[in-house]
Amino acid sequence: MKKNTLRLGAAVAEDAWSAERQHTVARIALGRSGVSLPTRQTLAFALDHARARDAVHGELDTQALARELAGHGLPVLQVHSAAPDRACYLQRPDLGRKLAPDARLALQAAAPAGGCDLVLVLGDGLSARAVASHAPRLLEALAPALRGEGWSLGPLVLASQARVALGDEVGVVLGARMLVMLIGERPGLSSPDSLGVYLTAAPRVGLNDAARNCISNVRPEGLSYPLAAYKLMWLLRAAWRDGSGVALKDGSAAEAAYLALQAIEGGQRGGGKPVIC
Amino acid sequence: MAHVITLGSHRYRFADLKTLLAKATPSRAGDRLAGLAAASAEERVAAQMALAELPLRHFLSELVVPYETDEVSRLIVDSHDAQAFAPLAHLTVGDFRDWLLSGQADSAALAAVAPGLTPEMVAAVSKLMRNQDLILVARKCQVVTRFRNTQGLPGRMGVRLQPNHPTDDARGIAAALLDGLMYGAGDAVVGINPASDSPDDIARLLHLLDGVRQRYAIPMQSCVLTHVTTTLELIRRGCPVDLVFQSVAGTEAANAGFGINLAMLGEAHEAALALGRGSVGDNLMYFETGQGSALSAGAHHGVDQQTCEVRAYAVARHFKPLLVNTVVGFIGPEYLYDGREIIRAALEDHCCGKLLGLPMGCDICYTNHAEADQNDMDTLLTLLGVAGVNFIIGVPGADDIMLGYQSTSFHDALYLREVLGLRRAPEFEDWLQSMALSDGQRLLPGAGSSLLRLAEAA
Repeated sequence: MKKNTLRLGAAVAEDAWSAERQHTVARIALGRSGVSLPTRQTLAFALDHARARDAVHGELDTQALARELAGHGLPVLQVHSAAPDRACYLQRPDLGRKLAPDARLALQAAAPAGGCDLVLVLGDGLSARAVASHAPRLLEALAPALRGEGWSLGPLVLASQARVALGDEVGVVLGARMLVMLIGERPGLSSPDSLGVYLTAAPRVGLNDAARNCISNVRPEGLSYPLAAYKLMWLLRAAWRDGSGVALKDGSAAEAAYLALQAIEGGQRGGGKPVIC
Repeated sequence: MAHVITLGSHRYRFADLKTLLAKATPSRAGDRLAGLAAASAEERVAAQMALAELPLRHFLSELVVPYETDEVSRLIVDSHDAQAFAPLAHLTVGDFRDWLLSGQADSAALAAVAPGLTPEMVAAVSKLMRNQDLILVARKCQVVTRFRNTQGLPGRMGVRLQPNHPTDDARGIAAALLDGLMYGAGDAVVGINPASDSPDDIARLLHLLDGVRQRYAIPMQSCVLTHVTTTLELIRRGCPVDLVFQSVAGTEAANAGFGINLAMLGEAHEAALALGRGSVGDNLMYFETGQGSALSAGAHHGVDQQTCEVRAYAVARHFKPLLVNTVVGFIGPEYLYDGREIIRAALEDHCCGKLLGLPMGCDICYTNHAEADQNDMDTLLTLLGVAGVNFIIGVPGADDIMLGYQSTSFHDALYLREVLGLRRAPEFEDWLQSMALSDGQRLLPGAGSSLLRLAEAA
């Protein structure tokens, strides 16, 4: 038998600029195996993608969420969009923006007489995980200000297979003067659980994104709950006065109280462009 | 004009050209969403058969979007080169496919007929082509463009280095730029998608890129991908603008949704030409496109998304661009649902763009809500490499931390160079060698390179 004389050297070539990693969360200085990604790096990427995929396809546990929200003392209603399942939801954004007929009837039956100042909708969007993890915490941060300023609140609405604009139909049916949709944003590779907050004054069916204001990337690694709550209250007051939409510019970040809160919270670490759901 | 075909006992009728084109299109989410797709698999083939019989000349008389109300239609009609079209004038769409695949259609012949082709003729023939046809025909097209280096030469492929950062942080961008250059990327362009749209922020990024280019004498062009009106303002301010970027679409209304029209593109093009910054050529427009953009703007006029996309190439062609990039999988699953649809669309875009004479590259990419993964991108990357794509995108680790989607990595480009022997732009290749980062073909470790101090300039 011939003796095997193959000798193995280091297969992974490390990169000389790994110190640059401190300046960005981009995947730099990964090294290479030949010209390809080292095993460790290809698996790290696979894990992040798997988490993002699971976030997109995960279902919102509305029962558990309803229990968690019971402490607010508001009726909690569960509704479904006209998209029957995830595959349809992903391909038919128009259906995700419409209530299923039975959901509309149920909301009509529960509408408060004389309407209300504000309805909060919690929609799964593209990351049920984001809503389940962050929406209850954000509501806790909001509750004292909403109570203190005397906003009359309609029922809390939990919406499955929901797009942002679904909130407007909910708002119309419930007679809401302002509508806030808390919704899971499209998962990024390093942010599978980013919560988006969309505000519409005088909601009606058929409005587009230009009629709304958005707070993006709400999560502990992004915009913290207290900062997001501060921004939302600022926008609510401004939109109550002047209406929502592109003409309303978020001026909250210049206020002393926001800056003080930011000093405690450490500010927004994440970033990037808001992703419309 | 109605188009009719009988298959067995069933008579299929297509009310007009745009309906025929839509029904003949391989299935994809955006056309289903728009209600334009064929109702059955048989109807699709019936439409393809009817389309195959249609004379190419017919496309000069029946427009899919009216001449009177759409400036892209007017551009297509008014710039049509009848002399270049003459040799093809007697062909049907089906004959045209056969000719494209034949040995007669070599690089020179394809370049000669390009000005005689309209986007709709090219879209039509692509609907009759299988993926291998799209690869074979595209590979025969050669589109060479120049600014500070030469793109599109046979056997070569460029990479756009895309060093994005969520807050446009200079050190963060410089770190990703260094990473890309050390991996031999950046010959097509170093192009930043800024998070900010403020002219002051864009100016800062332009100076950052130009500073690095000059300090290391890199034969490259840079670009900050902001709205064309912002770029025009920065040119007037005296900022170092190499390439003018703009997203474009295939209808006047969709372009209005982007806040642009042909006159604005023309003005920016002229202003950048006047700077005279190109050293080996003056192709300086950088356009991005993607199937579904017209539909998403509610501006598709009942035209299928692939035909709309090819019409966008007529806009691009008018300005002799350095680079045209179809950002194929960025738009999401409501337009291209899965890896199969993304791959098909990318091959169509690349081939159709090349047939019209464009320097086509592709952002081989997907979002996390599409039914696609890295394996689909590997497949598409390899197919486009074989098809002779002019350039691809390079993002650190394939993960764009600003735009939140997955593109191709610097490693992916190296893979393609390794398996297909694809080389970089010659001027850039020489520069890498002069910096001891490459032996001309393969990368060297570069541990002692002066480039490692690049970030100090940021």
